[in-house]
Amino acid sequence: MTAQVFIPKDTTAVALGADGLALKMAQNIESRSLDAEVQRNGSRGMFWLEPMVEVKTESSRIAFGPVNASDIESVLDAIDDHLAGKSIDHSLYLGEVEKIDYLAKQQRLTFKRAGVGDPICLSQYQGLSGFKGLAKAISMTGQEIVDEIKNSGLRGRGGAAFPAGIKWQTVLDTPGEQKYIVCNADEGDSGTFADRLLMESDPYQLIEGMTIAGLAVGANQGYIYLRSEYPVAHKILNDAIKRATEAGFLGSNICESGKDFFLEVRLGAGAYICGEETSLLESLEGKRGMVRAKPPLPAIEGLFGKPTVVNNVLTLGAAATILEQGSDSYKDFGMGRSRGTLAVQLAGNVKQGGLIELAFGTTLREVVEGFGCGTHSGRPVRAIQMGGPLGAFLPESQWDTPLDYESFAEIKAMIGHGGIVVFDDTADMAAQARFAMEFCVVES
Amino acid sequence: MNAKNNNVDQLIEQYKTLPGGLLPLLHAIKHALGYIPESTLGSIAKGFNLSRAEVHGVISFYHDFNTQPVGHHRVQICRAEACQSMGSRQIESHAKQSLGIEYGETTSDGMVTLEPVYCLGNCACSPSIRINDDIYARVDKSRFDQLISELNMPELDKVETSS
Repeated sequence: MTAQVFIPKDTTAVALGADGLALKMAQNIESRSLDAEVQRNGSRGMFWLEPMVEVKTESSRIAFGPVNASDIESVLDAIDDHLAGKSIDHSLYLGEVEKIDYLAKQQRLTFKRAGVGDPICLSQYQGLSGFKGLAKAISMTGQEIVDEIKNSGLRGRGGAAFPAGIKWQTVLDTPGEQKYIVCNADEGDSGTFADRLLMESDPYQLIEGMTIAGLAVGANQGYIYLRSEYPVAHKILNDAIKRATEAGFLGSNICESGKDFFLEVRLGAGAYICGEETSLLESLEGKRGMVRAKPPLPAIEGLFGKPTVVNNVLTLGAAATILEQGSDSYKDFGMGRSRGTLAVQLAGNVKQGGLIELAFGTTLREVVEGFGCGTHSGRPVRAIQMGGPLGAFLPESQWDTPLDYESFAEIKAMIGHGGIVVFDDTADMAAQARFAMEFCVVES
Repeated sequence: MNAKNNNVDQLIEQYKTLPGGLLPLLHAIKHALGYIPESTLGSIAKGFNLSRAEVHGVISFYHDFNTQPVGHHRVQICRAEACQSMGSRQIESHAKQSLGIEYGETTSDGMVTLEPVYCLGNCACSPSIRINDDIYARVDKSRFDQLISELNMPELDKVETSS
């Protein structure tokens, strides 16, 4: 078997030189006549290791990282040894990918496919249980699908944590010829990138989740409202939608079900407030992104005045997983009223930043210390910010709070979209407070 | 200017029947021309059955849209918290000083427009900047200088600028 050499094509890996690396790697493989080929995958979300190069053979899947252009020769020597059955001696060698501590300690449901293969390859997606949730949904009634989501305990992952099943029920129960599914992909809080990672590394999961939502509530049109700051995600989503449409997973008569679901990506235009669902809807209608008064709820009078499900990327992604694996299995994860998994994003001045998917209930300390392993600068941590500019800065004394919506509300903080930004002891907290205020003034 | 307006008229035709088509149209005009000329507002308003003031209101609401010409390269520096925690404030002041411009301004040679951006979603490898559609991670002052020095004036636009 020809060995596959994976180099990610997500924003972070590319921002660290993955495109040039992939090109040079392919050239060097050819000039060495190595039995290997370069493939572009999504990212595993272990961003401090990017660009991470994975090598897949029949018996193993190993990784090196972070690999720069100057490391190519020595990494290829190591790959050569590996293919010849010899042991690897290289400073960037990370061992078996799945056994890397950071990944092995996680409970990946939504991100189980991220980084495994080419994000827009349909057959790979299907090979990794993709579209199984949709197949089940097609055989169910709208009410049965909504009941599954309700039973799973899934709450909105955008930040508000509203029960997704109740929202879907309202849209299902509201009569209307035309209904819409809107995906909120306006991921604007600093320190958050989970939506981007899912869209760039496993876009079909979002497509599948939105289609399931459409079948559940009787909507035949979906929009992904994507922030314009995500050019890589934009391209990958459009490619994925095109392929899914050609293969019959989107469009008219999806999977011969007799049902239609059309999907389109719409770009935002640089307005933080449009992450709020009613201003997002205004923006989608082509207007200024002004917040609407509620009621009426978007579920009753949403996009163009029609009943609309507005959910975050991760909520809709989770819907695909819930339909595939069953709501009982999903709700087995978590604590209290926070069921399933939370995609924590560790960012800022941190040694090991990345995407960490864990069942609700883990403490903040386990994430910051157990995964982050200190600051990038090597200095002590001053504080961490959670929940974006509207969230809170938390000193170490509050890190034993479990990651659970209600526990965070008790300490007057919020999980929000799950982003954690680490600051070292050189941070000027008064300046950060001023920044947060200025930002909210400008963006309100 | 007339050629530009003809181009815009075609785009208006293309987008005016699309539900919520105004933002996609504005993105398309921006993509084609680099900005949304004031002189096109009347046709946009007419095409979308809106008042000129409403179109202006939409354009002015969003950071992405501008009615003045911009430089050949749009350089954005992330100002959000994750980048701040990794020293983006120093990159900002360095960028302003080395380019000799403030945010929202364009260098005198028309090469670079400098803008702030609030999060590029690259927060685990901060500080980040975006140049046109490319994002760069872990940018320090010397990396910034290197990236700016690699920017070229597109040949096609040179002709247009000089004509």
